[in-house]
Amino acid sequence: METRELICINCPMGCNLTVQIEEGEVVSVTGNTCPRGKTYGISEVTHPVRMVTSIIPVENGEIPMVSCKTAVPVDKNKMFEIIEALAKVSVKAPVHIGDVVLADAAQTGVDVIATKEVAASSL
Amino acid sequence: METKQLVIIGGGPAGLAAAVAAKKAGLDDILILERDTQLGGILNQCIHNGFGLHTFKEELTGPEYAQRFIDQVEELGIPYELNSMVLNISKDKAIEYVNKDEGVKDIQADAIILAMGCRERPAGALSIPGYRPAGVYSAGTAQKLVNIDGYMPGKEVVILGSGDIGLIMARRMTFEGAHVHTVAELMPFSGGLKRNIVQCLQDFDIPLELSHTVTNIKGKERVESITIAEVDENRKPIPGTEVEYPCDTLLLSCGLIPENELSQEAGVELSKITNGPVVNESLETNIEGIFACGNVLHVHDLVDFVSQEAAKAGEKAAKYVLEGLAESTNEIPIETGGLVRYTVPFTVDPERMDDNQVVRFRVGNVLKGGFVNVYVDDERKIHRKKMIMAPGEMEDIILKKEWITPNTKCIRVETEEA
Repeated sequence: METRELICINCPMGCNLTVQIEEGEVVSVTGNTCPRGKTYGISEVTHPVRMVTSIIPVENGEIPMVSCKTAVPVDKNKMFEIIEALAKVSVKAPVHIGDVVLADAAQTGVDVIATKEVAASSL
Repeated sequence: METKQLVIIGGGPAGLAAAVAAKKAGLDDILILERDTQLGGILNQCIHNGFGLHTFKEELTGPEYAQRFIDQVEELGIPYELNSMVLNISKDKAIEYVNKDEGVKDIQADAIILAMGCRERPAGALSIPGYRPAGVYSAGTAQKLVNIDGYMPGKEVVILGSGDIGLIMARRMTFEGAHVHTVAELMPFSGGLKRNIVQCLQDFDIPLELSHTVTNIKGKERVESITIAEVDENRKPIPGTEVEYPCDTLLLSCGLIPENELSQEAGVELSKITNGPVVNESLETNIEGIFACGNVLHVHDLVDFVSQEAAKAGEKAAKYVLEGLAESTNEIPIETGGLVRYTVPFTVDPERMDDNQVVRFRVGNVLKGGFVNVYVDDERKIHRKKMIMAPGEMEDIILKKEWITPNTKCIRVETEEA
């Protein structure tokens, strides 16, 4: 039996959750005040995911950097691999929100997309 | 002098939403003045996600949220001027501003919406002992350097204050290769969202030291170390608890202050609690035709509520210009009780209020399992249980017009302990 202590992130209550796991299966979530806590506890120990957001340089843009994000949340343990992969990426202006700046980031099957409009420099 | 029916000062989330609402309410002669090089305000540097759940039912990043409103401003053809810094507003609504192309320029406005936002409490306001070397930044300044300019302000970092910007920057600096030693928080609780404590600190094993503060900054040219000590219940450092962290950077996330120098020039009355204008139900200040919304009015935690509040200010300003607001007959004060620190608006007029008037407020301490009560004179109209109320979370109640009569003397919003 493995036990994990978590803080629920759904609301300011921040309930201290205790999740018990046996052979990879969640057997109990305790400490939650509402059903959202249970759902969170289960997903956080079985398949924790995070959005990754960062910036990359823009060539010939009105501004030097463009912000970007993973199109959907990715495995939590892939965050740094995606950040490292993004360190080698740059794009050419114009950039539009939703443009793919890095396809299949760190073999997650998830694209990294631009989150800001950047026009080409008029100079 | 050039004239405008409505001038909006600030092109961040508040200014944009106010402009869109004013235009949709039938007002065409609008100008937004923005001092930065782009519209969107502070959202441009908030590249993390979590914006817009209430408004758009999806989690956007700051720039994406801003773009939704910038697109509306463009589609509606609302004029704006960038790189334009307002220098002065007069009581009679003359605005003086400056930009590179036109120099100093004056505009006479029929109505003004104050949407200048807020700024961070700076190092000088915190009275931290020690030297004043390079390497001490407010968290938002560091955020701009990293996310807009693409520069890293340091490599070995200590953060004072656990507001959301500080927490967000702990993760951001870590992603960019810095080592964040610790986050010290003077109070026994964090004002930051639980989600940020988990996803910005715990995910990276960054400690959060509650009831701790910075007691020394060492380094003549550049920060060389930061000393952190535990504080007692009076927030005084406890001798012997000091820990010195060798580092090159101190980030400060110690509160936000509405930016009201311009409002004061115009004679706008400010609240000592919010540091923002005292407004009535129409979000109008004590100066007729000058309205306020967003973080210049009171500091928000969710941009969705900024947009909602600003839309109301835009709608009311448009009405003021086009047909005039109803004459004020009875400005009923909203009193506070229990842990409620303030309400916005501060007064309501039964002739002018909305059928369902939104009243926002904050509490001064954490309250679990308590109630929000709303009294109109001595009659209790709302008695609502709240699982939790916390200083970091803005609350709201709906005040119904039908409850208020011309004879109503007082409205009271209070918390009640369980």
